[in-house]
Amino acid sequence: MNPTNNPTFADQQSSSDVVGKPLVRVDGRAKVMGAAVYSAEHNQLPDLAHAVIKTSDVAKGRITGFDDSAAKRIPGVLGIFTHLNLPPLAQTPSTSEGKKKIALAMQMSFTPLTSDQIFYAGQPVAIVVADTLEHAQHAAALLKVSVVAETPVVSYRDTQAKLFTPTEGAAAQVPAKRGDAQAAFSNAPVQLTLTCQHATNHHNPMEPGATIAHWEAADRVTVYDTTQAIASTHKALYVMLGLPPDNVRVVTKFLGGGFGSKLTMWPHTVLTAQVAKAVGRPVKLVLTRPQMFTSMGHREDQQQTLRLGATKEGKLLALLHEKISTTSPWDNYAEMNSKIVHMLYACPNFDASVKLARANVMTSTYMRGPGEAPGSFAIECAMDDLAYQVGLDPIAIRLLNHADKDPGTGKPWSSKSLKQCYERGAELFGWGKRNPKNGATRQGNKLVGWGMASGSYPVHDAQGNARVRLYADGHALVQAAATDLGTGTYTIITQVAADSLGIAPENVYFELGDSALPTTAMSGGSRAAGTVSSSVFLAAQDVWQKLIKLAIADQHSPVYKAKPADVEAVKGRLQLKADSTKGEAFITLMQRIGLDDLEGVATGHYGSSYESPEATLNTPQAKKDDAASHSMHSFSAHFCEVEVDTELGTVHVTRWVSVVAAGRILNSMTARSQVIGGSIFGIGAALMEGTVRDPHLARYTNASLADYHVCVHADIPEMTVAFIDEEDRYINAMGVKGLGEVSIVGTSAAVSNAIFHAIGHRLTSLPITPDKVLKALRKTQ
Amino acid sequence: MNDFHYAKASTAKEAADLMNDQPGAVYLAGATTLLDLMKANLAAPPLLIDINTLPFKGIEQTKDGLRIGTMERMSTVGENPLVVQEFPAVSQSLLLAASAQLRNMASIGGNLLQRTRCGYFRDAAFPCNKRQPGSGCPALTGDNHNMAILGTSERCITTSYPGDLAVALLAFDAVLILQNQKGKQRQVPINEFYLLPGDTPHRENVLEAGELIVAVLIPTATHAQHSTYLKVRERTSYAYALASAAVGLDVQNGIIRSARVALGGVGAQPWRSPAAEKVLTGAPANRATFQDAASAALQNAKPRSENAFKIELAQNTLVRALETVANA
Ligand SMILES: Cc1cc2nc3c(=O)[nH]c(=O)nc-3n(C[C@H](O)[C@H](O)[C@H](O)COP(=O)(O)OP(=O)(O)OC[C@H]3O[C@@H](n4cnc5c(N)ncnc54)[C@H](O)[C@@H]3O)c2cc1C
Ligand code: SF4
Repeated sequence: MNPTNNPTFADQQSSSDVVGKPLVRVDGRAKVMGAAVYSAEHNQLPDLAHAVIKTSDVAKGRITGFDDSAAKRIPGVLGIFTHLNLPPLAQTPSTSEGKKKIALAMQMSFTPLTSDQIFYAGQPVAIVVADTLEHAQHAAALLKVSVVAETPVVSYRDTQAKLFTPTEGAAAQVPAKRGDAQAAFSNAPVQLTLTCQHATNHHNPMEPGATIAHWEAADRVTVYDTTQAIASTHKALYVMLGLPPDNVRVVTKFLGGGFGSKLTMWPHTVLTAQVAKAVGRPVKLVLTRPQMFTSMGHREDQQQTLRLGATKEGKLLALLHEKISTTSPWDNYAEMNSKIVHMLYACPNFDASVKLARANVMTSTYMRGPGEAPGSFAIECAMDDLAYQVGLDPIAIRLLNHADKDPGTGKPWSSKSLKQCYERGAELFGWGKRNPKNGATRQGNKLVGWGMASGSYPVHDAQGNARVRLYADGHALVQAAATDLGTGTYTIITQVAADSLGIAPENVYFELGDSALPTTAMSGGSRAAGTVSSSVFLAAQDVWQKLIKLAIADQHSPVYKAKPADVEAVKGRLQLKADSTKGEAFITLMQRIGLDDLEGVATGHYGSSYESPEATLNTPQAKKDDAASHSMHSFSAHFCEVEVDTELGTVHVTRWVSVVAAGRILNSMTARSQVIGGSIFGIGAALMEGTVRDPHLARYTNASLADYHVCVHADIPEMTVAFIDEEDRYINAMGVKGLGEVSIVGTSAAVSNAIFHAIGHRLTSLPITPDKVLKALRKTQ
Repeated sequence: MNDFHYAKASTAKEAADLMNDQPGAVYLAGATTLLDLMKANLAAPPLLIDINTLPFKGIEQTKDGLRIGTMERMSTVGENPLVVQEFPAVSQSLLLAASAQLRNMASIGGNLLQRTRCGYFRDAAFPCNKRQPGSGCPALTGDNHNMAILGTSERCITTSYPGDLAVALLAFDAVLILQNQKGKQRQVPINEFYLLPGDTPHRENVLEAGELIVAVLIPTATHAQHSTYLKVRERTSYAYALASAAVGLDVQNGIIRSARVALGGVGAQPWRSPAAEKVLTGAPANRATFQDAASAALQNAKPRSENAFKIELAQNTLVRALETVANA
């Protein structure tokens, strides 16, 4: 498929200078026509068989036996695999050696089907392979598993739960403390304590996790997988299967969302490869929707307590953050909420802690805005409370405490436009007309409230490679093993390549999603856009440098015998810097010298590993500037209006404005969609999303899309999105910060703050469902 | 999910014969709920008898009301001008249900026979008295935030019918026409159709094995013309009710001559409230009356660990619905 056929623009016709413009998704047409082949759709493979996972009913216990007599009688069954007969893996993340080798490529160190132990409801206990999906499903339903069940621990709130302070793992990575927060809080004239509870959340991408494994030879396998991270899935697979890296290929051409659930590899992927090998046929596995709740992680259920001390005027003196959350029997994972508490405002004293409780659940994982999303809820609700306590407008309190440099590290920001976000947001929302009193704006049965909150997300260090092959007929092949979650990676990289090469976007063919391509960053932690765009831009520069060399050596060239440094490439022309009339199109040159194509490669750096052009200038001042090393973050401000029905307890978001400053925006349309998506995600977390584990059996009671509520269209008003243009020379070659994560950060707080303004009650237990609103309002009556 | 056979019936007799020949066979209408149950291994019928081409069609004015064939789709009935005009609450109950896609497929008969959304019932890994008599009811001490508070038993506390249409039909005295396998028809008022859980939560209605629902009759009445359906839920669309109310009022000179009140989302079955209707009848149509009626309606409510909020919510829902009709 060539996804770049006939690119069109949303609001204009344009064929050059396309970066930033609203180019319609280059893969959009293929998607709506059904031509885009997703990971579960490689049905052309010969003798493709189907696998179905059988999961544990109970959350804790031991398997005492299997009865497969009925299952085996289903026609077409090729294999029934359990811990008793599944051929072992060369390596698993459960051993310390395996853990070291696989590192962050797998979030959960537990490998199912390796023993008779059951640790969580929904744990795979068997996998059935048959010639058709129907046969596999039927056989899996008939397979009987005998277990001796034990009483599980359900969550950190369970009376059986034992809290501990982790000393290793992600949950131990608490930001460094500064000052003496405890003393500063005790002495602060204004003291405020906020406790927030967050229900378990699940990513629920439209496309479930799915894998097809095809062994092309006894020691060579291609795995079509739903992964946001080609390189790490590739690594986890070759390590676990005990194969040389070159013998494993991972392909992900299209993704139907992921939100973090597809960022690390989960057991079902390698299980598919194992059973495919065992049955000697390509095997497809697609997780069911209920299985999606127990197969690819979740955002853990948690409680955070933020204590905030301030002066009477509202200047922050102390921030103390405590988090308690549920983790799995093996791993110490907690999303790090306190990262954003640590850096969002100038505050001399800060301390944070994390406590975990092991429970019978799988390991939780990264979910959009991991850490920052719930962390921003705590700090941004607390800042709102502070504003009311000291009698300041919510924007004024934030300006008063604005961090002019990173309060944690003392480093200057590479760029920061948060003040502009406030200003533009306030203007777009009409914030100036806000009634400062809460609970004071009634419309019939409803109270109306306005709230706002800030957001921020760090630039995570990353690097990646890209290859650009420019052809003499004027088109280009661009390659990097990136993935497109559906957010527009195909499109933005096509735009970057088009501009870098001076050709039209329809002449760019961008290929991604294959471990055979140059390795690059994962689509996670907002790394992809900045890394891939930079490496493609630099690979194009590599092409130009090579072409310039050829041009100055060609006696028919207008730049013959010029110094390389005196020649530049502008819109596909090689010309003298001093005299642009002396030049020619690259096509003319390549055709004349009989060069069919030319390849450029480059590594793009993102974040702190990137050296700014100043640094490469090699002047002492430039070196100093760059080495001062900057703190790199994107920032945002969200504004929300709600109507709260005071008798029915329902909350409706009726207006929304988001303003985001995230460096250079590569495509104004896909960027807007990202921000809308993040905001809706945050509104969902605030008002309705929550997975419920039975308090005795530790099994989810609402594992379906009918019962786990995400926002529907009717929940969402017209949304206004604006961007603040930023030029950031310290981030990467393209000045791109990434948008996926920052677009959710602060959004749930904006909703809670609007509710507080509407009804005068602070609701901090998420999701804020009608029962909680009614309970709060009862206090007023 | 299991392997199954599929057959199409074009007459009621053909359907009955197919049913006779295959024990455990199940009728298939829009399939929107039956297939979900099969995929979750909660139903494993050997044969699906497609009844979509049965002549149980049409929305007709009769001499004393409306007759709706059960093969009509939720969207068709909800948008039908006669329904909209004569029974606004019925129309609204349909159009506020499920999603547009589901409403376009789902039949009226299938709607009346939808099963509970209790998460324990919907997941075969849990015990559940309704699904497996005697296995227990984990909802009693578990996730019961959206369970019923009226008409429950210690065996089962769910809203056995979680939907909307039956609530509106119950308010307006609808009658179901049923036809058994021998082709014999009988009429059952909807308030006698559903069974409370008691000790037998697996028995949900009086439909006999193989019996078909042919049509729904709704009598015309002034209180039905002045009616509304209010549904409160955790998101604006595509969610089941936490509480809902179907109400109709015939008000003359400020005094209520007749009233109809049914609640959804709070009863073990769709819940008609004669007590509320008694308070309303003959009383002035004002908020005080409506509040009294709401208190009466919820008088016997029995909340569990997480759903006490439903008492207040159902009362407020009822008051709001009554005000809406009174002020229209
Ligand atoms: C996600 C989701 C959300 C929903 N939300 C709502 C909601 O908000 N409100 C609401 O009211 N409903 C809701 N529903 C339920 C929906 O209305 C029902 O699924 C639908 O009405 C069933 O109709 P059907 O024709 O598809 O029935 P089918 O699935 O075909 O059949 C259901 C059952 O009825 C039997 N049956 C069907 N017709 C007859 C007949 N004429 N005689 C005898 N037996 C018959 C079948 O044998 C089967 O057992 C929702 C459903 C889903 C899946
Ligand atoms: S409430 Fe009823 S349906 Fe739910 S678990 Fe209990 S018995 Fe089963």
